[in-house]
Amino acid sequence: MRVQPALRLTGKDLVGIDPLSPGEIQLLLDTAEEMRAIGERPIKKVPALRGKTVVNLFMEASTRTRFSFEVAEKRLSADSLNFSASASSVSKGETLIDTARNLEAMQPDFIVLRHQYAGAPHQLARILKASVINAGDGAHEHPTQALLDALTIRSRHGTLAGQVVAIIGDLQHSRVVRSNVLLLARMGATVRVVGPPSLIPIGMEALGCEVHRRIEDVLVGADVVMMLRIQLERQGRMNFPSVREYYDFFALTPERLRLAKKDCLVMHPGPMNRGVEIDSRVADGPQSVILEQVTNGVAVRMAVLYLLAGGHGEPASD
Amino acid sequence: MSRLLIRHARVVDPSQRLDEGLDVLVVDGAIARIAERIEDKDAETLDATGLVAAPGFIDVHVHLREPGFEYKETIASGSAAAVAGGFTAVCCMPNTSPVNDSAAVTEFIRGRAVEAGLARVYPVGAVSKGLAGEELAEMGEMVRAGAVAFSDDGKPVSNSYLMRRALEYAQLFGVPVVDHCEDSALAAKGVMHEGAIATRLGLRGIPAAAEEVVVARDVVLAELTHGHLHVAHLSTAGALARVHEAKARGVAVTCEVTPHHLTLTDAAVAESSYDTDTKMNPPLRGPEHVAALIGGVLDGSVDCLATDHAPHHADEKALEFDLAPFGVVGLETAIPVSYDALVRRHKLPLRQFIALWSCNPARIFKLPGGTLKVGAPADITLLDLEARLTVNPDRFRSLSRNTPFAGQRLKGWPAATLVGGKVVWRRERR
Repeated sequence: MRVQPALRLTGKDLVGIDPLSPGEIQLLLDTAEEMRAIGERPIKKVPALRGKTVVNLFMEASTRTRFSFEVAEKRLSADSLNFSASASSVSKGETLIDTARNLEAMQPDFIVLRHQYAGAPHQLARILKASVINAGDGAHEHPTQALLDALTIRSRHGTLAGQVVAIIGDLQHSRVVRSNVLLLARMGATVRVVGPPSLIPIGMEALGCEVHRRIEDVLVGADVVMMLRIQLERQGRMNFPSVREYYDFFALTPERLRLAKKDCLVMHPGPMNRGVEIDSRVADGPQSVILEQVTNGVAVRMAVLYLLAGGHGEPASD
Repeated sequence: MSRLLIRHARVVDPSQRLDEGLDVLVVDGAIARIAERIEDKDAETLDATGLVAAPGFIDVHVHLREPGFEYKETIASGSAAAVAGGFTAVCCMPNTSPVNDSAAVTEFIRGRAVEAGLARVYPVGAVSKGLAGEELAEMGEMVRAGAVAFSDDGKPVSNSYLMRRALEYAQLFGVPVVDHCEDSALAAKGVMHEGAIATRLGLRGIPAAAEEVVVARDVVLAELTHGHLHVAHLSTAGALARVHEAKARGVAVTCEVTPHHLTLTDAAVAESSYDTDTKMNPPLRGPEHVAALIGGVLDGSVDCLATDHAPHHADEKALEFDLAPFGVVGLETAIPVSYDALVRRHKLPLRQFIALWSCNPARIFKLPGGTLKVGAPADITLLDLEARLTVNPDRFRSLSRNTPFAGQRLKGWPAATLVGGKVVWRRERR
């Protein structure tokens, strides 16, 4: 059963998956599929956003997401401006709101915001006329990541509904897991999550997933397995004892992957810690779609920009 | 001789079990007579038809920010906010700069309050020097200068040994030790209540347990020392249960609850989409905690209400949720918010409501007031229980506007405030 796509996005912004309806998600994914075709052409550019200005405001380090947005913007002929700053400079000088107001005075159409604190895009969206796109806010959401993951699953398995998706790792500090659970549950998939119990936030089930204790329990019968990065740099040594022990209990190894369905996809939002949460034999194995995720990331971000700009139907070619 | 006659008031004074239509005669700042009909041709009259006259409301937990943070609030602006909120007296916390850990600062605060000439201001001294949690501050000197209690509020007294000694030493002066109960390690830099909503919002949670383990410890120490423990801004069901059990064993423990913890839940953070005016410490809790607190008010386990009025400048609150300071103002919304919730919605008897804001805090902190008995200072709060108004922060007397109640339409507001027989505030008719 396919969800009927919405005709357009209702909001001005994309602050998360949470505010989206299933129809809006379907529209984004359908549009992303068309956008992906543009990347496969010899001339990878359409004029859809000609004359539009996008500010990429990255208050937290990011390479992959920022590049992906930049490529998406260029393929749609938008003018991009990049603003990178460490969020720590915020406490020294200009506040986020002042920074954003200053940028808005230059009349951009979009502000793509990556920020280390949850809710920053929501706070900006309230006061700015430009469309705010959340490129990851703290441990809250990373909506374009969830959309690109969904696009990858849909392209490979034809559907999201009925898929059994296992998500494994540090659930506490991950924005990827929150957006993915919200999106996949909304589209009819079964989502199982697992991680060290000390890294499972209270009330995780309320997002729409099953919470398990052992990795084996989430893998059996899975159509998709998503590994999360263990963010060693974000936590002290009180949350789990060591990388060695983590690998023992939670890493995706070829033996464990055999518990899942034969055509189970292996995904990772990157950057990977090889030999920590994922064994290289799996990361580079035939079931891995990790690089396809990156390709789909560009297509999804093109779709988000295009739809927020008010586009519908197929973007006109030159 | 100054004489003021308050006519036709519904006098509700729990200290005398009074609730009837009476006149009140005030002579030289003190209650001179209360009777059905008083004639006094020399007295100025105040027509209180349709109003309730209650013993002056006392807020035992406010931050007036002076000295040191006068851009947030001053003793003058905070006193103005107090009387405009129906309060005749407030107890101000010592986390100023310099900290109120000495007689000099206590005297300074008292002096500023007298200059302002509005609400009575009772300083709370620091438990530890510089709020550093290491050495006891000179409590005796501060008591001589007018301190009425001791607290390191804003922070817990983390060191159990220091807490034990504070509870012992404070007995020399018969004053309570007020603890901000929070285990900092468990709170783990959280910014809202830990639970499904924090998880969905991606914000670090402060578990109820962070409060409860310290309340449990403090109750044990109060039992050990026979000192008087007062739990500040109690916010969880478990903390209330610990206090309740301890009282049943005869431990000298009292507690206060704020109007925001009685009326808002952690859902407000989500509904307001990360509005920093929903960020305070302790955080807004889940509905099961709010229900327990309301139950505690109704059954008398909650001893008094207090605002934890915590003014912050708009610039400080206009930050990311993680970076904005904790705290909301409360003085100018406390009465309607608590009246609307407790008396109107939960049918708390008016007499009990008034006791929670007047007689009870006066008794716990051993303050003059809390009664309209003949001879008592004429600190009187007049309430208009029929007034229905919208909370408008632009009209606050406080220098700060950080309220989660902006725009709420509430019924039951203060109409006038008398301190020492003088009308220090009256609601303008518009």
